[in-house]
Amino acid sequence: MNWMSFDEALPVIFMALMGLSMLVYVISDGYDLGVGMLMHRATPAEKDVMVASIGPFWDANETWLVLGVGILLIAFPKAHGLVLGELYLPVTLMLIGLTLRGVAFDFRVKARDSHKSTWDRLFFAGSTLASVSQGWMLGRFVSGFGTGWNYPVFAAAIAVALPMAYVLMGAAWLIMKTEGDLQQRAVEWAKIAWMPMLVGLVLISMATPWVSETVRNRWFALPEIIALLAIPLMTFVSLIAVRKLLDVRAVRGPLCWLPFALLLLVFVLGFLGLAYSIYPYVVLDRLTIWQAASSPEALKVILIGVCISVPAIAGYTVFSYRVFGGKTTELRYA
Amino acid sequence: MDALILARMQFAANITFHILFPTISIGLGWLLLFFRWRWLQSKAKEPVHAQGWLDAYRFFTKIFALSFALGVVSGITMSFQFGTNWPGFMERVGNVAGPLLGFEVLTAFFLEAGFLGIMLFGHGKVSEPVHLMATFFVAFGTSLSAFWILALNSWMQTPTGHEIRDGVFHVASWSEVIFNPSFPYRFTHMMLASTLTCAFLLIGLSSWQLLKGVGQRFAPRVLRVGLTLAAVLIPVQIYVGDLHGLNTLQHQPAKIAAMEGIWETERGAPLLLFAIPDSEQRKNHYEIAIPNLASLILTHHADGEIKGLNSFGTDHPPPLALFFAFRVMVGVGMLMLATSWLGWYVYRRTGWQAHRMPRPLLWLFAAMTFSGWVATVAGWYVTEIGRQPFVVYGLVRTADVVSNVPSSMIGLTLAMYVALYIALLLAYVAVLKYLAEKPDQTHENGADERAATPPGIAAPGMVPEGGR
Repeated sequence: MNWMSFDEALPVIFMALMGLSMLVYVISDGYDLGVGMLMHRATPAEKDVMVASIGPFWDANETWLVLGVGILLIAFPKAHGLVLGELYLPVTLMLIGLTLRGVAFDFRVKARDSHKSTWDRLFFAGSTLASVSQGWMLGRFVSGFGTGWNYPVFAAAIAVALPMAYVLMGAAWLIMKTEGDLQQRAVEWAKIAWMPMLVGLVLISMATPWVSETVRNRWFALPEIIALLAIPLMTFVSLIAVRKLLDVRAVRGPLCWLPFALLLLVFVLGFLGLAYSIYPYVVLDRLTIWQAASSPEALKVILIGVCISVPAIAGYTVFSYRVFGGKTTELRYA
Repeated sequence: MDALILARMQFAANITFHILFPTISIGLGWLLLFFRWRWLQSKAKEPVHAQGWLDAYRFFTKIFALSFALGVVSGITMSFQFGTNWPGFMERVGNVAGPLLGFEVLTAFFLEAGFLGIMLFGHGKVSEPVHLMATFFVAFGTSLSAFWILALNSWMQTPTGHEIRDGVFHVASWSEVIFNPSFPYRFTHMMLASTLTCAFLLIGLSSWQLLKGVGQRFAPRVLRVGLTLAAVLIPVQIYVGDLHGLNTLQHQPAKIAAMEGIWETERGAPLLLFAIPDSEQRKNHYEIAIPNLASLILTHHADGEIKGLNSFGTDHPPPLALFFAFRVMVGVGMLMLATSWLGWYVYRRTGWQAHRMPRPLLWLFAAMTFSGWVATVAGWYVTEIGRQPFVVYGLVRTADVVSNVPSSMIGLTLAMYVALYIALLLAYVAVLKYLAEKPDQTHENGADERAATPPGIAAPGMVPEGGR
């Protein structure tokens, strides 16, 4: 195998960066949205704690979506138009959901008390709408926007499964960040969301090769399959461990961080599996990353910016999580 | 309606809603830094006096957070709008626009969003210098955002520093792309517009508080800051606006012709105070004109030549919209000038004693709380509609980059966006009014902020930070 030239490698670098942004987005906004979807099950006092647990982070979390879509836009302009054209309506619905959720964060405590419950309902509705839309979009994207009866069914299944994964993440986040009754309830919520998430994950893993021949050939070829089996196996083991942990007392004490950490691993593994399925396409079977990429000169300019800013972003993200680490405390403006 | 008009309307609806909030957060970030700095500076010497600056900081932090949140969510929509509505734009000029947008997200958006959490909620968790730094980075980040976005927008108006190969734009010189001919004027004009919008927000909200008898500790001094800022900067803005206009005349004469309603190229063109430009008949109805004044303003000679719309064939923007948008901007600006000078003069005569301010004047101030928004949006309509029928002036036509999404779909989503935005705008204004009316209560009992944890909840506040 020949090494690619730097110019040829640039689209690969940007694909990796875009994938990383999307992964960070799905994980970080995933727990936000999950917490939002659990809101309607909580008491008013618990709602305040739940919102406080995500309050300092959600702005920065959503910014990863802007970065991911931004890289799609600036590094793969052809794919940006194609993908967003295909997903026109779900994108709009997702944006409306994210808008409602985002503004409800602020309005719920700044509006009159009598309006607070309305904003809480909108917070829940916005989180749900955004998550379901994202699930649908993911389903359409990984199946290459195919046409036929099976494709919408597949997308619909993921539109249910992804929100469940988010709910599980949200519950695990609450287990880590809260104490007392709320923590106990979060454990119960996690148990409810666990099974649908598992089913969803199995469905995706089985259905993706079924709807796309490209994916089938990539996964079910010897000898790759032996190495690749590690991904689903580790995912499965992690999920089982999460379920077992939920029954253990220590999950409400010293091990409160473990379910969240394991779910992180599950998302990373799922992402790797997906990346393996799709690469080198940016739109499955239709557009490779080289066909879709901007000129190498433009990519180099962006890369300089990335090299300067991504370490800085990583640095202060760590700083911010340290400042607001530990169990959630009351949020008060300085 | 055809897809092009609908796509433009949808983009206009989204970007109009979006720009309202950055316009506030750019200026307000620096004002918050000022309030905080005044508090830190005076708290040792005169603690009672200093408390007023902290109150002002806290009150306007809430408004900043709310505006910032609306800016973030509408900004996310913007990042999708390019692809959903104008896929051809990035395909043609992606090599120029991409890095500029990318730098906006990377250096600025993250700077703001990342430090915002610490700025808003970090009190007591980080030291004062770190907190002040975080506030500075948020303010700096919002301004840096504006820098990149305005560089791109200005390049679309006055493109330089690129070369076109096979219909695709490539960058020849980044410094020429960024510092294109209209950029310095547009950037300065927008930064001043943002500051003035905030000045009137300060004037309006503090006047409302004085009328309602709340916020006594800080409303008087906020009013003074707002009036002083506006009185000093509006003349500067008028001067910069004039320079911007001369620059536009040089690079985009069709835009000026449409703004002034001039059809035929003429020497000694009159300034039209009122007219209804008619694109069908290519003439104006109901003109009220002052002879030679347009030439005098634009060329600084009473008989200077100004090119008319007819010399551009059909490649000129629609004069009706530009003519009125421009007059709204200038009219509101003049009203703001008169109000701020009168207000500053009267306030000084009272010896800065807010309770001696005439109530009708306070009512006028309160009515003008959002006047900066009106002028800013009208100004943007002038510059953006004035670029039509091109998306990159003279080089790429808007009609050539539009998406092929069915017009019914665009219409449906447009209706959804507009309904959402109207509701959110009403909620925003209502909440600002409500917040202005209850500032004291929130300060005194301390449990002032979002997600205040009620006492019954397992004392989550007891665990020290970093315990994860």
